[in-house]
Amino acid sequence: MSSQAVFKNKWLPIALITPQLLITAVFFLWPAGQAIFQSFQLEDPFGLSSEFVGLENFIHLYNDSNYLDSLFTTLQFSISVAFLAMISALILSAFAEHIVRGSLFYRTFLIWPYAVAPLVAGSLWLFLFDPTIGVIAELLQWFGINWNPTLNDAHAMWMVIITSTWKQISYNFLFFLAALQSVPKSLHEAAAIDGSGPVKRFITISFPLISPTSFFLLVINFVYAFFDTFGIIHAMTQGGPGRSTSTLVYKVYNDGFIGLNLGSSAAQSVILMIMVALLTVFQFKYIEKKVAY
Amino acid sequence: MSIKNLTGLAVAATLLSAQVHAKTEVEWWHAMGGNLGQKVNEIAADFNKSQSEYEIKPVYKGSYAETMTSAIAAFRAQQQPAIVQVFEVGTATMMGAEQAIYPIHELMKETNESFNPNNYLSAVTGYYTTNDGKMLSMPFNSSTPVLYYNKAMFKKAGIKSAPKTWQEMEDVSVKLLASGAQCGFSTTWQSWTQIENFGARNNIALADNSNGFDGLDTKFKFNSAPFVDHIAQMAEWSKSGIFKYGGRQSKGMPLFYTQECAMTMGSSAGLAGIQENMKDIDVGVAELPFDDTLISTPQNTIIGGASLWVLRGHSDEQYKGVAEFFTYLSSPKVQADWHQFTGYLPITKQAHALTKKQGFYKTHPGTETAVIQMTSTKPTVNSKGIRFGNFLQTRDIINEELESVWSGDQSAQVALNNAVRLGNEQLRRFERTQQ
Repeated sequence: MSSQAVFKNKWLPIALITPQLLITAVFFLWPAGQAIFQSFQLEDPFGLSSEFVGLENFIHLYNDSNYLDSLFTTLQFSISVAFLAMISALILSAFAEHIVRGSLFYRTFLIWPYAVAPLVAGSLWLFLFDPTIGVIAELLQWFGINWNPTLNDAHAMWMVIITSTWKQISYNFLFFLAALQSVPKSLHEAAAIDGSGPVKRFITISFPLISPTSFFLLVINFVYAFFDTFGIIHAMTQGGPGRSTSTLVYKVYNDGFIGLNLGSSAAQSVILMIMVALLTVFQFKYIEKKVAY
Repeated sequence: MSIKNLTGLAVAATLLSAQVHAKTEVEWWHAMGGNLGQKVNEIAADFNKSQSEYEIKPVYKGSYAETMTSAIAAFRAQQQPAIVQVFEVGTATMMGAEQAIYPIHELMKETNESFNPNNYLSAVTGYYTTNDGKMLSMPFNSSTPVLYYNKAMFKKAGIKSAPKTWQEMEDVSVKLLASGAQCGFSTTWQSWTQIENFGARNNIALADNSNGFDGLDTKFKFNSAPFVDHIAQMAEWSKSGIFKYGGRQSKGMPLFYTQECAMTMGSSAGLAGIQENMKDIDVGVAELPFDDTLISTPQNTIIGGASLWVLRGHSDEQYKGVAEFFTYLSSPKVQADWHQFTGYLPITKQAHALTKKQGFYKTHPGTETAVIQMTSTKPTVNSKGIRFGNFLQTRDIINEELESVWSGDQSAQVALNNAVRLGNEQLRRFERTQQ
């Protein structure tokens, strides 16, 4: 976008952006500054004594195999969630676009999970997956799978991936549906006249045209899996069994709020902050420049 | 009603409300939800009615961890409550914050409140007392792990009495499995019951420095042979179905509720929940098993639960109120009622005696088991309690490592070695922040 508004008055633009800047300062810059400050300290929980330790908290993380495990767990989890949530949402929206009768009904139903709070979604699915009383667990056992997420790492991981995916599908669905609806009908009509079927038309016409939306969603889904799944993990596995579902954000919470290790927790937050910054830069760079019609 | 009467009423109302406002307010943050929370409110309301100077205001703050962290955050912001309920694993953290806490023995002395530490059960107060016998926090809700068993399933398997030793646990479980049970026993709070209390019950040290009481340079040693053998044995049992793991904290209780497992080990305060979930099923309460190859007469177990800590930064008036409230709270009547209602231990000898006199233990079989288990022997240095900094994180570490044993990923020795190594890192960090 290159359209620029020109303000004659010097103070008006400043007055207009001040509230936004204030909010950013109070709710982002200040806490972020605190986190950076804390990450260089070793402090007792009550804040009665603190010691400047430089990069020690970071070095400790670098040498901590648990932290690296957690990073790997997070990547595994985020890639799975982003991939599954986008694929299923794309398929659903492709179908939903073709439905004429009752389309409103289907769309509303597909959007519903988005309104469910993560903690509630976690509790709900935990119930379904419960090895003793859960419906899904019973089904899996019927198929001969000895379902036990309290002990089996892979089972626990799948459980949180599926729940997190389920919650994110709605969001992706909305965007995909909007994107698909904005694909010019004329292109489809022309292709249909040339004899290509709906699947081929979807792959060769719609899919390339919605690539900016897909890319945007990819970044959003990653951010979601990284940060917004805390409630789900907290409700379902608390990071267990072992450390198998302890993602980076969960570890920040556990070390900081439960373990009261503020220095390490702050160092981890700073690392996460850098990651988000990178993701955002990446998104702006590509969405604005590379991915276009 | 005449104008005169109305004026009189108005004056009286003003005076009354002025009196209400003149009450010194004392905030009490706690982690007792549901029925327990209602009981806490009831206790506070009764105290408020019993005198006119102070008003205790209980505030529910969520889980134990949430209550403690919000109190700490409040302290940093100088908005701390006068009283906060802190779970047992937070003890060392609270103790370490010397400038933040007001020890009970000082509080009671400085407010001239009569207070005799010898009235309290030593197995309870030992946890919250310094080595020279000074009580730091007020015991409130203490529990200890016991063995629950399903009497009907025992009868079906032809078992006469509850197992006393770990060897008997195996024998009984084998019989239970033969009679059609799906699992012998489960456990809740695995670190608390299978490591911490396994040590206390069999009189083995979890760490040097008298389990942390003697100083900050403590090192864990729960990777010694008795612990490794016990965990390895449980891993074996989990393969044959004798033992089944049901999750952290008390997540394993449904295994017992649904009668999948015939026995479980859990907090004595869990009895009310068991009775609620197993209405028509007869459940017995027995003492926690011990290892007869290690000890012939088992030691007392150690407690869990929480105590009340007083935070600095309030007026003398408020502290006077706190002290009076603590005296009220420790009175036999209030304590006996709390003990009977919740299943937590009675914290004073008088409350125990009163409960006995009222015939409660006769009408509620099993409720005295925990008290007997706690008081039948004199606590040793290994069964007095534990005091480890950052112990909440160490418990998490123990949970994680034990889970990898139950799932067969690691041997008991490797897992406990890891837990000791990572736990020691926590102790060192705590030691550094305390200087």
